[in-house]
Amino acid sequence: MSENVPDDLQYTRSHEWVRNLANGQVEIGITDHAQQALGDLVFVEVPEVGRELKAGEACAVVESVKAASDVYSPVSGRVAERNSTLSEQPELLNSDPYGAGWLIRVTRSATPTEGPFLKAAEYAQFVKEAG
Amino acid sequence: MHQAVRFGSRVRIRSEVAMGLKTPLYDIHVASGAKIIDFGGWDMPLSYGSQLDEHRAVRRDSGIFDVSHMCAIDLSGVRVVELLRLLLANDVAKLRVPGAALYSCMLKPSGGVIDDLIAYLLADGFFRLVVNAGTRGKDLKWLQEHAGPFGVSVRERKDLAILAVQGPLAREKTTALLSPAHRDTALRIARFSGAAIDSWFLARTGYTGEDGFEIMLPAEEAAALWQSLVARGVTPAGLGARDTLRLEAGMALYGSDMDESRHPLESGLAWTVAFEPADRDFIGRAELERVRAQGCDAMVGLVLEERGVLRNHQSVFAEASARSPGAPIGEITSGTFSPTLNRAIALARVRPNPPARVFVEIRGQPHAARVVKPPFVRNGKAMDGL
Repeated sequence: MSENVPDDLQYTRSHEWVRNLANGQVEIGITDHAQQALGDLVFVEVPEVGRELKAGEACAVVESVKAASDVYSPVSGRVAERNSTLSEQPELLNSDPYGAGWLIRVTRSATPTEGPFLKAAEYAQFVKEAG
Repeated sequence: MHQAVRFGSRVRIRSEVAMGLKTPLYDIHVASGAKIIDFGGWDMPLSYGSQLDEHRAVRRDSGIFDVSHMCAIDLSGVRVVELLRLLLANDVAKLRVPGAALYSCMLKPSGGVIDDLIAYLLADGFFRLVVNAGTRGKDLKWLQEHAGPFGVSVRERKDLAILAVQGPLAREKTTALLSPAHRDTALRIARFSGAAIDSWFLARTGYTGEDGFEIMLPAEEAAALWQSLVARGVTPAGLGARDTLRLEAGMALYGSDMDESRHPLESGLAWTVAFEPADRDFIGRAELERVRAQGCDAMVGLVLEERGVLRNHQSVFAEASARSPGAPIGEITSGTFSPTLNRAIALARVRPNPPARVFVEIRGQPHAARVVKPPFVRNGKAMDGL
């Protein structure tokens, strides 16, 4: 199975990705590896806009036919936007995990406490070693 | 991301080199891009891509499953009927013509289920049982222990592969491969019976709620049959789709919905217990008679009213205040997402006479579910009212 790990994103060991947006917010989702491991996604629960997240906190749930998984927020901050399309089309996490399948956009807190994240090559290596 | 729940209780996703038992089709599965999992000690395909697509192919057209991990056991001897009338809770005396099939539980004296199986009458004094992969060892032991005194021989048919071709177009696509004479024979097979065709045995049985065949054939012929059917547009389908299909069809899974600690009457399988004739003293009968008189938990279907997915072992409550003193009235034994209904469904074992609406605790919160009588789906369509 070939897995896509875009170079312009940062990653966590718990298989989330982080994208820095032009407006200063960060966009968060789950990786291609994660969606392939889960299989067909059928339910996604994302946090309310305005919720304060701490890095490492369980902030979303993604459920496939066979498994339920927590998604951990890679950053601390406030939820600015959530992808409400996913409640109708959870399969977007399978078909476009780095694009239309994004989960939330977060305004980071003033003093970041998280990281460091993995670079694409490091994450690809991590997935390979974890088998 | 952390995986909190896994598919069934006996399944682990394998990401390293597979080490388990392999069916004659293992190489084809791997070459087809299957995700391989361990199931009852066997390396089996979970899916070949999207298990939802595989599920829908079976409901709308046809799919093919490798179920060669299941174990075929031939029993022969003049007293084989006597033996099986002792060992099985259903009554093989109902089988009158060669090829006729019977679904039954095999019980312990406690009424607990050793296994569920299909018994085929192949000829006078000759039966074939098809039992689960994970229970193979204890089933063979139990059968051998009891067969001796009856002079019945027990022979495991490791030389056979088993393929299930299921779906509204399954029979048409399968019989198109046969010679005209054999095609006629195959198309005349009645529901829930089978026929021998040369070295093959075709049975019009399955585990999906669709029409189709289960085909037992020499292991070395399995790959060619698989590839011919796939070439005719039959979709390869894995254990993932098999589980959602059987659950929509309201069919029990051994190890999840019943096991040696549960009897058939509390597992939705009362219909498989033949209490008549009253003088047939099958193993487990005395305990089932006692339970029947006293009353017991019931297996019901649940349809989640909201979004979400029902999972095995979630607790069922009569009221929404799941955290208040009310104790659970039962537990989900098999839960999943139903691709046909586009909602979560489950089988749940609950106290007798549950309310029409119950609440399932999902991540600490109560979620309303409707209580229904399984099945949820038959022949491609949702049951009325679902």
